[in-house]
Amino acid sequence: MKNQISRRGSLLRMGGAIAGLLTISVARTAKAAVQKVFVSANAPKGYDPTKHKWLMCIDDNKCIGCGLCAEACKKENGVPEGPYFRTWIERYIIPKPKPGSGETRGEAIVDSPNGGIPKGGVSAFPEPTLPKDQIEHAFFVPKLCNLCENPPCVQVCPVGATFKAPDGAVLIDPKYCIGCAFCVQACPYGARFLNPVSKTAEKCTLCYHRITRNLKPACVEICPAEARVFGDLNNLKADDPIQKFYEKNRVQVLKPHLGTEPRVLYAALDKEVR
Amino acid sequence: MINEVTNLVVEALPQVQGYVYPNEANVHPVWSVLIVIYPYITGLVAGAFIMASLVRVFNVKALAPVYRLSMLTALAFLLCATLPLLCHLGHPERNYEVMMTPHMTSPMAIFGFVYAWYLMAVLLLELWFDFRQDFVRWSKTTPGFQGLIYRVLTLGVTDLSEKSVRLDMKMEWVLSIIGIPSAFLLHGYVGFIFGSIKANPWWGNVLMPIMFILSAIVSGIALCVFNYIVLSWIRRKAVDMRCLDAMAMFLFYALVVDAVIEGLDVFHRGFAAEEGFAVLQTMIREKLFYTLNIGQAGIGTLLPLVMLGSLQLLRKRVPEAARRTMIFFSGAMILFGVLMMRWNVVMGGQFFSKSFRGVMSYKTEFAGQEGWLLAAVIMCLPPIILTVLVKLFLSDSKELQPSEHLPEPSAKT
Repeated sequence: MKNQISRRGSLLRMGGAIAGLLTISVARTAKAAVQKVFVSANAPKGYDPTKHKWLMCIDDNKCIGCGLCAEACKKENGVPEGPYFRTWIERYIIPKPKPGSGETRGEAIVDSPNGGIPKGGVSAFPEPTLPKDQIEHAFFVPKLCNLCENPPCVQVCPVGATFKAPDGAVLIDPKYCIGCAFCVQACPYGARFLNPVSKTAEKCTLCYHRITRNLKPACVEICPAEARVFGDLNNLKADDPIQKFYEKNRVQVLKPHLGTEPRVLYAALDKEVR
Repeated sequence: MINEVTNLVVEALPQVQGYVYPNEANVHPVWSVLIVIYPYITGLVAGAFIMASLVRVFNVKALAPVYRLSMLTALAFLLCATLPLLCHLGHPERNYEVMMTPHMTSPMAIFGFVYAWYLMAVLLLELWFDFRQDFVRWSKTTPGFQGLIYRVLTLGVTDLSEKSVRLDMKMEWVLSIIGIPSAFLLHGYVGFIFGSIKANPWWGNVLMPIMFILSAIVSGIALCVFNYIVLSWIRRKAVDMRCLDAMAMFLFYALVVDAVIEGLDVFHRGFAAEEGFAVLQTMIREKLFYTLNIGQAGIGTLLPLVMLGSLQLLRKRVPEAARRTMIFFSGAMILFGVLMMRWNVVMGGQFFSKSFRGVMSYKTEFAGQEGWLLAAVIMCLPPIILTVLVKLFLSDSKELQPSEHLPEPSAKT
């Protein structure tokens, strides 16, 4: 009797161990399956999203509003013509206050004609309508998906077609998206749109097909003013531009009150920018 | 906004005033007329059901003549509730993914389940328990195809013994009790789809689900009033004034609560005047002037409040015919006003930029995927279905009453 019980006990223990091993293997298979999803998001085989943490920083003092980033993005990602942008440039003109108005500054004038993409080598931004001596400040702000830690767009997707990858990128599986546009409504930054051709939601992926191959996103690559700084927080080099950016600047994010915790950090942001 | 710049931007993008994010400068709204009628239809379902529950759960005897009509109204509209959503999707063929792999944090993902629960577990079951006795009777007396339909609908349960009928009644009561929170869930949840969007100050609001439920109850009762009067008129039967007065009373009180809560919402927004308040003011003053101030507040709320309120005060002193006309028009105006409310919520949230610096105008298509035509067709479906249901199940006016569940043939009261 005693012998039998102990045999049963040991069998149980063995069974438990096997089950444990199986669970681990199932978990690993699941993990691999998840990683395959990223392969379908144009990452090469062998790219492990858990080993990276991407970050985009923007030094707003440096942006010259050339719009090359927005143009490069459209070309690199095949973004359709028309009001569809994964990244764009906004121009802010802040007039001097009217004398005696008691205000610190006039009402900001904002525009972004065709996302700031230059046309035939000419800047997209027309000459300001205000005479120069009436302008207090004028500056450009590059905009893109804010790579939220708590992305409202991911939260509302009814099928889970959009997700936050472990490396911080917020991606969309176009084969899965049902095109309900809930995410477009939920994004506070206007960074999403419905692709008129594929009828699915689309947004900045940080050029996922590039960054997973040790390349920079197209907008960062082309920026002549080095206003955009891109890097991997998990693999910082000795003189990483991200590190320098952090050391040199105090940073701000867009619409912080919404609690989205963006991973796109701005230096020298004005209060008018939202 | 400075004029020069406004003009400049208008030149580039004719449908935009001020600054909007470049992705927002669309010709068509992202959510169009179809998404306007989606909460409208769902609200009518929830409202009609809650009105029917007054009879079953709260035992309001006066409303008994419209019990079955309101239940069938709820069913007819519920059958079409998902259509606008489905037609609006960019990939309607992938709709099953919402049920197969629902993303649990999404307010939209659960709709499939709430809908299925409400249709299958509440409405159809309750109707079946209510009609089963009749199905058995009719299947014996009606010849031909129609008789076959009744026979199929009995689902083979032809037992009319006292015990069996008592079970029907018990089940129906239980289902009504489950049904009330379910109806609240169904529509409050639709309100949450909008209320949960914090990026949009016009939508993101804790009061949104509550306003949706209240306006749903109001619109549901108004629809039952409308249907009852129209049905009586078509059949050239006298309207049961006791029932109509009771409906008008409930409609009035529901409308009062609804108006108070919606007023509170406006007051709160004005008082808090948070970020983006200036652009919301432009909405009320310009973009939604007619639909909000005149359609929703004037025609949909104030006029019916005055009419129904004066009826409550004067009661029987108003002659029957006048009372009937006033209640009928109040109902029709409320139906219109609630449709305007859905428009104001859905379209209002898309008329301004999330940068709070500009407003958009849209061209709504006529014949396209999200056009007026399709929306009109979908809105026509529930009345057609309801006509068929009424022909099949309410052919005799006596059958408007809920079944008393008395074992045949004894007819004690």
